[in-house]
Amino acid sequence: MTANHLKFVTSHGRRQFLKASVASAGGLMISFSWLGTATAMDESKDSTPVKLNSYLYVAPDGTITAMVPNPEFGQNVMTSMPMILAEEMDADWSHIIAKQAEYQPDEFERQFTGGSQSIRRGWQSLRMAGAGAKHMLLMAAAAKWQVPTAQLTAKNSVISHTATGNSATFGELAADAALMQLPSDITLKANTDFSLIGQSQTNVEGHKIVTGKPLFGIDYKSKDMLIAGLVHAPAFGKTLKDADLASIKEMPGITDAFILESTTPDYVKSYFDTSAFTKIVAIVGEKTWSVIKAKRALKAQWEDIKTHKEPLNRFGTMTEITVPGGLESTSEHRKQMEALLESELPILRTDGEPDKAFANAAKVLERTYYAPYLAHNTMEPMNFYGHVTKDGVHVAGPLQAPGMISPWVAERTGFSQDKVRIEVTRMGGGFGRRAYSHYLVEAAAISAQVNRPVKLIYTREDDMTNGIYRPTYMVRFKAGLDANNRLIAYQVDGVGVPEHSIHEHRFPAGAVDNYLARGDAIESNITTGAFRAPRSNFMGASEQTFLDEVAELAGADPIDFRIALFEKALSNPVGEKYDYDAARYAGVLKLVREKSGWDTMPASMHKGVAAYYCHNSYAAHVVTTTVKNGLPKADKVFSALDCGVVVNPIAASNMVQGAVVDGIGNAMYGEMTFTNGQPDKQNFDRYRMIRIDEAPASIDVHFVKSNIDPTGLGEPPFPPIFAALTNALYQQTGKRFYEQPLIKQLEQS
Amino acid sequence: MPTYNININGKSHQVDADADTPLLWVLRDDLDMPGTKFGCGIAMCGACTVHLNGNAVRSCSLPVSAIGSNEVTTIEGLSENGDHPLQKVWIEQDVAQCGYCQTGQIMNAAALLKQNPNPDDAAIEAAMKGNICRCGTYVRIKNAIKSVAKA
Repeated sequence: MTANHLKFVTSHGRRQFLKASVASAGGLMISFSWLGTATAMDESKDSTPVKLNSYLYVAPDGTITAMVPNPEFGQNVMTSMPMILAEEMDADWSHIIAKQAEYQPDEFERQFTGGSQSIRRGWQSLRMAGAGAKHMLLMAAAAKWQVPTAQLTAKNSVISHTATGNSATFGELAADAALMQLPSDITLKANTDFSLIGQSQTNVEGHKIVTGKPLFGIDYKSKDMLIAGLVHAPAFGKTLKDADLASIKEMPGITDAFILESTTPDYVKSYFDTSAFTKIVAIVGEKTWSVIKAKRALKAQWEDIKTHKEPLNRFGTMTEITVPGGLESTSEHRKQMEALLESELPILRTDGEPDKAFANAAKVLERTYYAPYLAHNTMEPMNFYGHVTKDGVHVAGPLQAPGMISPWVAERTGFSQDKVRIEVTRMGGGFGRRAYSHYLVEAAAISAQVNRPVKLIYTREDDMTNGIYRPTYMVRFKAGLDANNRLIAYQVDGVGVPEHSIHEHRFPAGAVDNYLARGDAIESNITTGAFRAPRSNFMGASEQTFLDEVAELAGADPIDFRIALFEKALSNPVGEKYDYDAARYAGVLKLVREKSGWDTMPASMHKGVAAYYCHNSYAAHVVTTTVKNGLPKADKVFSALDCGVVVNPIAASNMVQGAVVDGIGNAMYGEMTFTNGQPDKQNFDRYRMIRIDEAPASIDVHFVKSNIDPTGLGEPPFPPIFAALTNALYQQTGKRFYEQPLIKQLEQS
Repeated sequence: MPTYNININGKSHQVDADADTPLLWVLRDDLDMPGTKFGCGIAMCGACTVHLNGNAVRSCSLPVSAIGSNEVTTIEGLSENGDHPLQKVWIEQDVAQCGYCQTGQIMNAAALLKQNPNPDDAAIEAAMKGNICRCGTYVRIKNAIKSVAKA
């Protein structure tokens, strides 16, 4: 740890949240005014847990409830966040009960699952909460035994005083501890003193998961609850004109059917309020099957939307977006992107004199890559519970960003945000899709209309055809090598619908003397958004495939070729900045080289490598391929990650394995196409998902040992696996891959 | 609306449901058994897998009227205390990520092991191919099944 890692001030709303400075003892001194205040307990010995702060409640029997502020969608925060709390608290791990927190902006800092930031951004708060709670318990013991706190030790939920032989459990001390006033400075542990962080703990919800206990939003139930379904326009670019509601209301088991508008005319959408279909038919009934049948029976008329502008609140900045009319098709998008690539694109970054360098280059390679839209296809379809009464709004279900949706549901239901209670359930997958929770607003609006609690359930078809898809992209790379096969010129031109994929300061910016990055986008009415680092996963796929071909042209080993570029960025950087740590980037390549046995693999093995940096962590993979049922496939995967401190190794490894399988699946099979605005795939019969026989035989995950504060793993391992696969497939088949999904080209050959 | 007596997890349940109601929704809506999951509704993802006389079937595509006297087992009835060898190893080896598909995966694996106590890779893949895991836990699923088979 270096001092500048610790010099920071974080603010939260009205209150200053924490200040940190380096402590001489090697720990971290913290001063803070704690958010959630402790609750004193009366003397009666009931079993009610005592609140020590927003995160930690200790019951007289010693049970410790650890509140998890961030929504869980399989990234394991329900286990890893309590581990951080328990570490600093010196709590016995077996005493911890993890509980998903509701949306409580006054108690917690950042209740958002996305951008691979949960652990990175939660790290200090969680440690402070654990250390603060421990200190209150120490103070309670010190007061009880009339000894200085400095003479006390805490271990496994017990506080002891060696000299007197006194000891007491956290549970015994909790009530007194709640009365203690924390000093302004307390010390966090040095990393070398961690005893729980870095030790694998299995999922705290494992038993509930394997026994089918109600955990997910779709399992949520309440008394008098009705089931709701929606019918949205069959194509992007269309909206509801009218519907025959009378015949639907007559169907058995149906209690109501009506036209629902999910927005109010004056509401200004925020960035995560994306929804193409805001005028829809809602159908409400007693049982899910009745509602599904009524949805299928509905006869509705649709009309084309017109080109219009919509105001957008982009994280506090007011902008305006154009929603074009028209029915879009994948074939047209492709032609539009090809045409745009031929135009003069806006320049994002220039270093040196790229045109001149290309003219003088001994060898020039130019390649264009394409990827289609992708649908998220979380296994649990979108759903939400809503109950609107005269007193306020109660919603519950799976979502990544409760704070982002709170203003919209408040506006739509006519309540202030403090009257909106958002309960967060475990999510059956998210991958970015559940950052956009229009379905929560729809559930609340339906409840308000029918005056009953409702659970809105999307069918798979609703889910797949009302997507917030990963955009479709195209990128063209050009590389120039000099007579010594050094990369002297590099150009990247990116286009996409509705965004391009270029991060102009990313690698290899900073490592090439003559560099040009350009990008432009095409407007669309098809909704898109976050998808496990949408731009990065396309760039990881395309750039790293391209560099493999450039390395081959240079006659260099693909790892050596990349490491030489990182050395250049370190020793003689080009331009004013670049946004990666070249040493850490090279570090994961070196680790994966060692662990995969890259240099000693027999020539008969076909292998590919790729690395990428995004969302604060570094990832590299080596893939080997084999042939199965006549088609090449990934066989063994070796992964190297640098995400700083690894909190829970087994879960971190699981995340990497999952990203590898997900990336191979999307590279091989992932594709959503549109014809006249209509999604061509509506369910898993046509949308191909990777299956068990298509997954690699093994995925061997390694982490760079590090004392740097932890960064995330949700996104970083995903982008480079695409190219590690294509590069290995090239070795296997002799063919380069320029388009996803790869299966099309593999089945042709 | 017709009435059906169906045998689930060794108990007889009486339900009023349309003849075409999939068993999935009877379990979830009428019988308060949420462990069987809705994934696709067309028997393409396996999230809703239950046993019918010990065989893995997709409850989203099995009408309640077709069950008759056949015995249904759901995840809630797979073991007394959630201690089926597969459930135990699933926890020990930390198979799940989001966990949504895992009850279907376990039910499918349990039916496989009953018919073939020592499946090789090819047999596991053939049996488990119908179950999608979007988080990508396949390598651990396969290893977990093998661990139970070996034990």
